[in-house]
Amino acid sequence: MNKGKDVLIVGVGGQGVLLASEILSSVALEAGYDAKKSEVHGMAQRGGVVSSHVRFGEKVFSPLIPEGEADVILSFESAESLRWVHFVKPDGVIIVNDYRLIPPIASLKGFDYPPDPLAKVKDRVRNVKSVDALEIANKLGNPRMVNTILLGTLSTSIDIPVKIWEKIIQERVPKGTEELNLKAFAAGREM
Amino acid sequence: MKVILSGNEAVARGCYEYGLHFAAAYPGTPSTEILENISKYPEIYSEWTPNEKVAFEVGMGATFQGARALVAQKHVGLNVAADPFMSMSLIGAPGGFIVVSADDPGMHSSQNEQDNRYYAKFAGYPCLEPSDSQEAKDFVGIGLNMGITYDVPILFRMTTRVCHSKTVVETRERKEYEIKGFNRDPKKYVVLPAHGRVLHPMAVKRLKNLQKLSETIEINRIEKGKSGIGVITSGISYQYVKEVVPEASVLKLGMSYPLPIQKIKDFASTVDRVFVVEELEPFIEEQIKAQGVECEGKKYWTNVGEFSPEQVEKGFIEAGVLHKKTKKIQREEVINRPPIFCPGCPHRGLYYTLRKLKAVVTTDIGCYTLGVLPPLGAGDTCVEMGASIGVGVGMARAKGDGKNIVATIGDSTFLHSGMTGLLNAVNNKSDITIVIADNSITAMTGGQQHPGTGKTLMGEETRKVDLVEICKALGVKNVRKVDTYDLEETKRVLKEEMQSGELSVVITTRPCALFPPEIRKKILNKPFKVDLDKCTGCHICLQVSCPAITEIDQKTDKGLTKVHIDPSLCTGCSVCAQVCPVDAIIQTD
Repeated sequence: MNKGKDVLIVGVGGQGVLLASEILSSVALEAGYDAKKSEVHGMAQRGGVVSSHVRFGEKVFSPLIPEGEADVILSFESAESLRWVHFVKPDGVIIVNDYRLIPPIASLKGFDYPPDPLAKVKDRVRNVKSVDALEIANKLGNPRMVNTILLGTLSTSIDIPVKIWEKIIQERVPKGTEELNLKAFAAGREM
Repeated sequence: MKVILSGNEAVARGCYEYGLHFAAAYPGTPSTEILENISKYPEIYSEWTPNEKVAFEVGMGATFQGARALVAQKHVGLNVAADPFMSMSLIGAPGGFIVVSADDPGMHSSQNEQDNRYYAKFAGYPCLEPSDSQEAKDFVGIGLNMGITYDVPILFRMTTRVCHSKTVVETRERKEYEIKGFNRDPKKYVVLPAHGRVLHPMAVKRLKNLQKLSETIEINRIEKGKSGIGVITSGISYQYVKEVVPEASVLKLGMSYPLPIQKIKDFASTVDRVFVVEELEPFIEEQIKAQGVECEGKKYWTNVGEFSPEQVEKGFIEAGVLHKKTKKIQREEVINRPPIFCPGCPHRGLYYTLRKLKAVVTTDIGCYTLGVLPPLGAGDTCVEMGASIGVGVGMARAKGDGKNIVATIGDSTFLHSGMTGLLNAVNNKSDITIVIADNSITAMTGGQQHPGTGKTLMGEETRKVDLVEICKALGVKNVRKVDTYDLEETKRVLKEEMQSGELSVVITTRPCALFPPEIRKKILNKPFKVDLDKCTGCHICLQVSCPAITEIDQKTDKGLTKVHIDPSLCTGCSVCAQVCPVDAIIQTD
């Protein structure tokens, strides 16, 4: 068995962060690891900050990844990658979906959405992968594939056989969309 | 089989495997999913009750009958059930009775962060504290056995992190148990003063026996380490300790009340320094210090908020056990995303109007508490479930009249504990305005049924209580309904009632835009869009605080940003269109 990984998946409520972390933790369990998953999300059903910690390895204790120890951060939204940047190891990977969700409070005085969050992330971390998952999803003909595309990109940073990923994705996605999701996963892997 | 379950799912699984017969609860984060998951097992009877006190009472009844029973609530829910909780200690729990208290350190979704382990000490119940999902499942079995053996209810204390984290669990099959039937015994089950005086010393003796059990029970275990450091810990803190100081010896308390004092003394004698690492209050630390054991705890770890691995680490650094690490990547503060009403939420029009009318709003617990946040900003007091009405009545009496005072309360909260407040308002001739924000679901906790929805937890149809009839039966003469999607009507009705000089109840009529999911299709209207030629960039529409409306880069001649409505989020409620002064927001074809 390979050494495990600590993966922090972040984004905004309603984007599918929790489903992505469910899939990753199931993939890890299927691959024979001990796995833990823990998330923090505010009170609102939609629009709040969401972060989900997935840890797997031979034996996992804390369900929360200590700051500065994540191997990978997968961010569904641009500014969210900056919010959580201090969680990644200096030699870790950050995968960012190049997509902005500007919160309504940005219209109030004193609250500004960062003009170029990705540049600030790149100032701090060497290994940053930016993916325009919506563009790829639209090319595949379904904007809902964003989630699976990002999982595809994430899978290239994680040493678990592709077959296991594909099996779990097929189990978890809505019936009838399996094939399209596998295509999306493959497209994400090529990023 | 190995599966990955949340702590709450694991408790439900434990209930299934260990032959539970009966479960009841009122929803409350972070405990809600326990009953939701129990209801998936048809072998167990389960029900939502109007509040935690009622859940506790029906649970008591079931265990008096000899059934294996469980009730679950959030920490503040146990305050509601505290009356039966305290007295049941004298009676016991012949069938086995688990009382889950899901505490919320860090207040992810609560008004306080009380440490309910003190309730175990207060009432003389044993306290079990699982630290992951496997333990959450196993401890249900241990708790039921302990409860039956010692005729005692169990305080099963979880925290948000344990409830909501998913960890690996080994499952087994269900074992069935017979319900033995009620054994008539008034000296036990009728807690008259005369009986209570006999029962109390028996409960004290029972606690002594439980203390002996705590010394030997395998869930209070020592994990011998390589360093001279000894850590006594329980619950989620155990996981952080193992993460941060893997070399330390650990005394892990699965049963944290009564404490295994001799085991603790023996453990302390084998190490150089004893630390107590516990989230929130120094519950363990104070008790063992009182027994003369030298230890360090709250000196290094705060009693405020939720723990994290780095916080536990920081305490050990301050104590000189660990060396300071240099953090390599710097943190950056980023614009927050405070929770706001969903698109199509019926509360939006209500709180927008209350703000415009400059009402003094005593509000209550639910999604609608968010009405207090800017830019809506309507909400002046909020304490606990049902408080809105009593607080409004008291404020009005002290002020001299109830003009301008509006108590707002959700349907589920009203049925939980608003009815007695309303009865009092009638009886003592209050003249405030009460708004029942009736969205026909318990929305905040994720869409649970209540007596006003017409469905039970197990999915059966049942009689749907009528809020108008309830208010009238409680003696309110003036009960009106209002559609909060119609801002003009909402304003007119509220203004009239706020000035009327007599008690009135206004009930809003629009359902939740999110739950149950099938309702969404019914309410979904054609989305609205912004006519960018007309938009003047005044941003009045942003004052209704809808996640579907955002500013865009396009600007007016005066340099003001225009707005856009996301058609995939907009439900077509039309509230933003009603506030637009230039009719720039129009419905799509």
